[in-house]
Amino acid sequence: MIALVRLGVVAAAVGILELCCRTGAIGRFTMLPPSEMAVALGNLLTSGKVNGDLIFTATNIAAGATIAIVGGFSAGLLLHAFPRVRLVVTPLLAGYYAVPTFVFYPLLIELLGLGRLPLIVIAAFSGIVGMIVNTLDGLDRIPPVYTKTARSYRMNALSSALMLKLPAAAPHLVTGVKLAISYSIIGAIAGEFILSVAGIGRHIAFAYNNLDNRTMYALLLLLLTVVTIVNVVIHEWEQRTRRRWGLLP
Amino acid sequence: MWVGDRGIASPAETANRLALLFGSPTFWSNAAATAEAFAFSVVIALVCGVTIGLVLGLFHRAGEVCDPILNALSSLPKITLYPVILLFFGLGLPARVAFGTIHAIFPMIILTMNGVRTIKPVLRKSARAMQLSLAQTLRTVFLPAALPEIFTGLRLGIALALLGTLIGEMFAADRGIGFMLMQSVERQDSTTITALTVLLFALATAGGTGLLAIDERLHHGKP
Repeated sequence: MIALVRLGVVAAAVGILELCCRTGAIGRFTMLPPSEMAVALGNLLTSGKVNGDLIFTATNIAAGATIAIVGGFSAGLLLHAFPRVRLVVTPLLAGYYAVPTFVFYPLLIELLGLGRLPLIVIAAFSGIVGMIVNTLDGLDRIPPVYTKTARSYRMNALSSALMLKLPAAAPHLVTGVKLAISYSIIGAIAGEFILSVAGIGRHIAFAYNNLDNRTMYALLLLLLTVVTIVNVVIHEWEQRTRRRWGLLP
Repeated sequence: MWVGDRGIASPAETANRLALLFGSPTFWSNAAATAEAFAFSVVIALVCGVTIGLVLGLFHRAGEVCDPILNALSSLPKITLYPVILLFFGLGLPARVAFGTIHAIFPMIILTMNGVRTIKPVLRKSARAMQLSLAQTLRTVFLPAALPEIFTGLRLGIALALLGTLIGEMFAADRGIGFMLMQSVERQDSTTITALTVLLFALATAGGTGLLAIDERLHHGKP
């Protein structure tokens, strides 16, 4: 029932937007009616003109997010093991997301050349700190009774890490994965906006510069829909994990 | 250094450049432009966010319906909306304020809503028992009780508003610190990029730490 009402609210919002565009309350050069965006997107997808860009962006994000998740988890483990080092980097981690990371993207182009590599690196850089912070959070919140149990069972470091710490920290790790993925998406797309040889972000910026609203809005619709689906799926996964671990009612 | 002088500037160079920037009127006019847009977006996000959050928190059903929609909206990569914002607002203050606001408003709505929702039922009941009007209930019961959460929202909102304003300036503006950053990017002036980044980082970390301290005190005082 709630889901139905929710669908109704979203549909009403889209309807109002459509009406505003159709009646001219929002000018045609400002925004296309959502229905026309959808049609334009359909044409664009069937023409196959953007397939290359889509694959380019998707693989970059996948590579960047993977590096961010694996690297962030390992860095989190290391920092947790060395509290002195952690004390030094904590303020850096706290302030990290206050600065738009992608200002260093041009530097990466200079170091790595124009292509995939700087985009993957900027995506990884954008996501990694979210993963580190949440790995640390998860490890911090393992209840002391678990560690005591491990000790009374005489578990060694490896098996206590795998059988006890990893599952106990899981809800926070999932949150870390969620942040790493959504920040990697932002990093990769922002990089493409600034300078890139291909990709959906570059295509949007190119269409915008050429006043090609039809292509621009079609691609924006595609991008926002895909990202929303990805976010919602991960959010559900996160909620499910938290519920299973008894963190949510 | 293997990155060379075209990479990241050395600390000494960065400090020199910062001193140079502090002496230049261009820097201050850009800083003032950023501060103006930032302040406007924080105020708009705070007023609208708290109002919407209060309403959604009070009306349980409405909150339940909107919760996932808000979550989805807040995790959109808003940077992709820069062409849309430009088409709607043109180049100027409104576009930069809009960019800051769309970043900051969602945590404010969500946290205010959760703050009102998790108020102890006994407080609601006492308000009803004393036959307080809606306005009185809001002012004397709900707002104070939800204050710690609202402040957390404000803290996150302030950080995101700064980031949003800067991003907006980088992609869609003709002035501001973000615009200066983008200009330095185009000129491959890595010293200025490093100097500005260090400055922003220091400001944001200092502000964030201060707000976090207040935030923790507020949450601590809550029974």
